Amino acid sequence: MTGRAAVHSCSLVLAHAPDLVRHGSKPARELAADADGLLASLTKALRSYDDALGYAPHQALIGNLRPEALRDVERPWWGHQTEPRADGPFGVIVDEVELYRRMEAADSFGLFKLDGSPAVDGGLTIEQAGRIAGSMAGAHDLDESLSAPVLLENLACKVTGALALERLLRTTGFPPEDVPYVIGSGEEAVGDRYQRGGGNLAKAIAEQAGCVNASGSDVKAFCCGPVHALVVAASLVAAGVYPNVVVVAGGSLAKLGMKFAGALRHGAPVLEDVLAGFAILVGPPGDGAPELRLDAIGRHRVGSGSAQQAVLEDLVVEPLERLGRGILDVDRYATELHDPEITEPAGAGNVPSRNYRLIGALAVRRGELPRDELDGFERTHGLPGFSPTQGHVASAVPWLPHGLTALRTGEIGSTMLLAKGSLFLGRMTELADGMSILLEPGKE
Amino acid sequence: MDPENQDRIKGLVDEYGADDLVVVLGAADLESLEVAAETVTLGDPAYVGPLAGVQLGLPVIHILEEDVKEQVDAGVYDEQVGLLEMTLDVEQVREAARKFPGRE
Repeated sequence: MTGRAAVHSCSLVLAHAPDLVRHGSKPARELAADADGLLASLTKALRSYDDALGYAPHQALIGNLRPEALRDVERPWWGHQTEPRADGPFGVIVDEVELYRRMEAADSFGLFKLDGSPAVDGGLTIEQAGRIAGSMAGAHDLDESLSAPVLLENLACKVTGALALERLLRTTGFPPEDVPYVIGSGEEAVGDRYQRGGGNLAKAIAEQAGCVNASGSDVKAFCCGPVHALVVAASLVAAGVYPNVVVVAGGSLAKLGMKFAGALRHGAPVLEDVLAGFAILVGPPGDGAPELRLDAIGRHRVGSGSAQQAVLEDLVVEPLERLGRGILDVDRYATELHDPEITEPAGAGNVPSRNYRLIGALAVRRGELPRDELDGFERTHGLPGFSPTQGHVASAVPWLPHGLTALRTGEIGSTMLLAKGSLFLGRMTELADGMSILLEPGKE
Repeated sequence: MDPENQDRIKGLVDEYGADDLVVVLGAADLESLEVAAETVTLGDPAYVGPLAGVQLGLPVIHILEEDVKEQVDAGVYDEQVGLLEMTLDVEQVREAARKFPGRE
């Protein structure tokens, strides 16, 4: 037991799923309420696989482009394609045919069928390139938690999580059978009517990726689930419970096409046509792996209130003060990294930019940054948004593989991952949530 | 404005009536500000939420407007809005607020 933990690798994957966009929560509801030409407009606004590959933010996600380089790519990014590559140093972008194939293979109950026949009895017909590919059946007539739409979401999450885990194991050469524990931090509430959100999709993903000696569990905390999971994983390693832990998450099918109305209104393509997944290998210090500072965890406390300032004080200022540091001592902050080309047409503005201005403003208020340098803070300490709006995925994680490289090469001396979660959406509390962790170069 | 918030505002109007209600916006960027103001006065411009085609005609003000700021305890204002105030072009927001529906 070293009392320390490091991040050895992180993979990020995308699965292009244009024909599943109509099964996203928002499009499905809109299509049910008004099919009057909407399906045609929606279908027309979907991208080809090549267009999804050539979309610069996706190339940044799999590591063929540095996120900072997006500042030099002309907007709209969807109108200025880059080289369409399916493979990158951090991950892969698979097409819908491959996604479906994996879904069928990963479905242990024979509910997802690629037999070319439409759905019967409450199932969902699954299309591919304008043709019926097959169907997703429900597993129980009266159990909403086992209905076809819910199981489709869960299966998509499992498969994209497994894709990320397989990729991680392949690129690191880490033997699947040596993974002792997997923590799921995706958003799907897997379970039946007696156990909605019963969970442990982690173990299903571990099974799919051949981790025969692994157990697992899920950590759920809305969009900041992954950072909570990373802290738990690092703690388990540091305490010597397991030598390694993998944090994994699959994509959120419910969020496909979530902001499609804004895209259609602005004549933009529907960019929410990809499922994202990631896997992070946490292990002992060594091999130059950047370390997680477990003595500088930031957590939004129940009593802190939900004012922006209070949240940031908890996540940024308080943990840094414990180390005797200030806001400017962190070289790069990774907050919610939502792609602005998805959020702006929907009237939600540029999320990362807003977050960086708030952190910068906090530095000004604390006398750490001159007021006239606030505008430059985003460029010197922040990042452009390049993540699909997959909730948990967008929160800091897309930066992690880039950050690990920058820490290993000495380009930066520290980076903070911070994520916030909208707990209030579940109607059990008015609270938000947040979690942060600092990474530094490995000591050996 | 997202459908959840539209639904809450509509619910408040159903419960208390439109005469005694004012909407105080806190949106940080100009476009969402304009959309929110239009939504609670003339109806949801995107025609997707519960306020699609519903003209509530509620008075709309922004938390950064001078008149509003004066009525809030300075300590509370600073704690809740101070950071937001620093990140925005306050004059631009006030200018946008002067053009809210029903202001002319």
